[in-house]
Amino acid sequence: MNATASPQAGAETGLPLLEMAGISKTFPGVKALSGVNLAVYPGEVHALMGENGAGKSTLMKILSGAYRADPGGEIRIEGQPVHIDGPLSAKTLGIAVIYQELSLSPNLTVAENIYLGRELSSGGQVDRARMLADCQGVLDRLGATFGPSTIVSTLSIAERQMVEIARAIHANARILVMDEPTTALSSRETDKLFDLIRTLRADGLAIIYISHRMAEVYELADRCSVLRDGSYVGTLMRDELKAEALVKMMVGRDLSKFYKKDHDAKGSRGEVILKVRGMSDGGRRVNDCSFDLHQGEVLALAGLVGSGRTELARLIYGADARIAGSVELDGKPLDIVRPIQAVNAGIVYLTEDRKGQGLFLDMTVQENINLQVVGRDAGKGGLLDLGKAKQRAVNAIKALSIRVAGPIVEVGSLSGGNQQKVLLSRLLETRPRVLILDEPTRGVDIGAKSEIYRIIDDLVQAGVGVLVISSEMPEVVGIADRVLVMREGHIVGEVGGTTGVEVTQENIIALAAGLAQPSAAA
Amino acid sequence: MSQETSAATFTSDKAAANRQFLIQQIIRTVGMLPILILLGIAFQLMSGRFISPQNLSIVMQQASINTVLACGMTAVILTGGIDLSVGSILAASAMVAVIGSLIPDMGMIGIPLALFAGLVFGLINGSLVAFIGLPPFISTLGSLTAVRGVARLLGNDTTVFNSHLPFAFIGNGYLFGIPWLVIIAFLSVVVTWAILRRTVLGVHIYATGGNESAARLSGIKVWAVLLFVYGFSGLMAGLGGVMSAARLFAANGTQLGQSYELDAIAAVILGGTSFTGGVGSIWGTLIGALIIAVLSNGLVLIGVSDIWQYIIKGLVIIIAVALDRLRSKGGART
Repeated sequence: MNATASPQAGAETGLPLLEMAGISKTFPGVKALSGVNLAVYPGEVHALMGENGAGKSTLMKILSGAYRADPGGEIRIEGQPVHIDGPLSAKTLGIAVIYQELSLSPNLTVAENIYLGRELSSGGQVDRARMLADCQGVLDRLGATFGPSTIVSTLSIAERQMVEIARAIHANARILVMDEPTTALSSRETDKLFDLIRTLRADGLAIIYISHRMAEVYELADRCSVLRDGSYVGTLMRDELKAEALVKMMVGRDLSKFYKKDHDAKGSRGEVILKVRGMSDGGRRVNDCSFDLHQGEVLALAGLVGSGRTELARLIYGADARIAGSVELDGKPLDIVRPIQAVNAGIVYLTEDRKGQGLFLDMTVQENINLQVVGRDAGKGGLLDLGKAKQRAVNAIKALSIRVAGPIVEVGSLSGGNQQKVLLSRLLETRPRVLILDEPTRGVDIGAKSEIYRIIDDLVQAGVGVLVISSEMPEVVGIADRVLVMREGHIVGEVGGTTGVEVTQENIIALAAGLAQPSAAA
Repeated sequence: MSQETSAATFTSDKAAANRQFLIQQIIRTVGMLPILILLGIAFQLMSGRFISPQNLSIVMQQASINTVLACGMTAVILTGGIDLSVGSILAASAMVAVIGSLIPDMGMIGIPLALFAGLVFGLINGSLVAFIGLPPFISTLGSLTAVRGVARLLGNDTTVFNSHLPFAFIGNGYLFGIPWLVIIAFLSVVVTWAILRRTVLGVHIYATGGNESAARLSGIKVWAVLLFVYGFSGLMAGLGGVMSAARLFAANGTQLGQSYELDAIAAVILGGTSFTGGVGSIWGTLIGALIIAVLSNGLVLIGVSDIWQYIIKGLVIIIAVALDRLRSKGGART
């Protein structure tokens, strides 16, 4: 499909359209990029990969003029050194960025958005007729099914993305940066976007494609460059693109040690610690759910998004009101109607919405870690024990290897993985018996992910019961001893444990999608 | 392992990050202090008598009641709320204080009665916000008007006097040469600081303002926090009422405390407390209250007319906060 625009050929014969050489960027206290190189040829899709915080966004912000690189590096376009000192000069050089957050004015028409800031006028009057005609041309070229006079707010996310691309094309962009463009798209829309990207490639544009999704990179990329910890690791050609090689470059070690599971599912599994019976909410999102969680076991709750997993967890934790059901901890019945009762009993819940419902971003690491235990530590008058608080924070930072300058740093300034570890420490400080983790590695980079798996493994070995909700199948298969599958508010099946059914992606998906109950192997 | 390499770079960057953080902390703590000092110097240069023991004592007395109100306001704004009713509560409490002081032989009872009145009004505000879920702006806007009516009702819409006020020393006396008003204001600041920074309740106040849903989910009794801050603000307004009454030997339900809530809010905002809650300090509020008092006093000293005083005070507040915004943008997160 890309025989006409082979980048390999370009690499040998032609000049790169864009070269970034020795680019460094220092923020106060952090070296975000050190000596990064990147060469992109016309007519190629160049994937840029790396963990969160590896420096991809910083590099692209330098390219688009949002940041200035440290002196020393050089950016060349068609071999000519250029100076990018702001968004405008990047635009003039033909560099366009399609951001994750779309930057259109929703109340204006497609044509008005495409022309925003560059309106055509004749005799002081906006020349709408010509604008519409021009835009129609660009939209046709991209295969759009909407017209230039459509109001943007009536368009879908995918269509708006197309408007952004049209705007870039119309402004004569030659280098197009796409940062996670498929995050909000359905699979059909993604296919359409890929077709569009291939059209642009055939037209000779250079496309820098940032994505976490390996499958997309395989499908689309001609070459792939990898960054790690702000440094350039290397570039793989299309025929060298393999999952193992990529992960090794991104993480710096093998995938096989990724999921740590030292505890033995059958050996460490102890008595039933949490017994949930007949849980229902009023709104039919959770219906008559019952299960047991054993001591020293990782039990995963799998299912499609919206199958009621989070809702069930919130009912157990007392965050939402249940209309029926009971919870027993260590054989003792509990009546939990408020989160504080769950916490006091020894059940804690890690929310899937870390920033919205989990952390206090303006407060320090120390305050966040101590938040749920300050009451227990305090003396009679409710006075804080700051010495103890600091000690707890320092210990937790060490135990979970949270990368932070010190305990008195605002949590909002940390990376996603470190924020997640702070939130996890906060829960662990309460010394829970049962840990409910809702998407524990969402928005967390690969390095921190494997560290979180290690923490879970350690906890299970210490006899804690862990209930994990996860939408990432490899994660579920990698860490769970037993998996309950939910569909439409019901627990519809179980794999692993004593069922004899193996924990595999296929078996889980079959249950989640409502196919037949997989039978026990042998 | 990548972890080790990044841990190594992390250690070498640690000292720099620490230093930068320390500088940020100092800037945040010091806040508007440079502006306060600059204003003081400017007024001294222009009037030649701003910095004298007598005048500074007057400035602090002028700042005292607003400081007390701003203490309560700080707690409220830290939760992301607002209390528009403090001026009216001050008026009603001052009425209670003077009326109570007229009771023969036990005039001192005016003080606890006034504090109690302020507390009750504050708790009513708090209940509306915490239990009924009214937006703070709406519920305290309602009590701004309603409590003003109560204040007028208390004295049958007249001014009440007591020329033998048993606690007149509060408004006009000195302890070791320091006006009682100033001592009370300073103690209020210290008590507020202790609550905010040294108690579990304080942590919960910051947490509620920083992220209310996270606070609920982590088991904080958000309703109790809200009830407390509005109650505390009411109590502080009650204390302000006692101070006003003691200074004037009188109280008037119509005029007393008019638009005091605006000065209190201005002091809190000048002090760097975020209007959305969760960020701020009581020391900033103290500096904010002093800036407002210095402006009022200094502009009179240099003979600026009443009308221009309003215009200048308003502009200074806007410019000071704008400068603060620009400065904090400079230290953007990375």
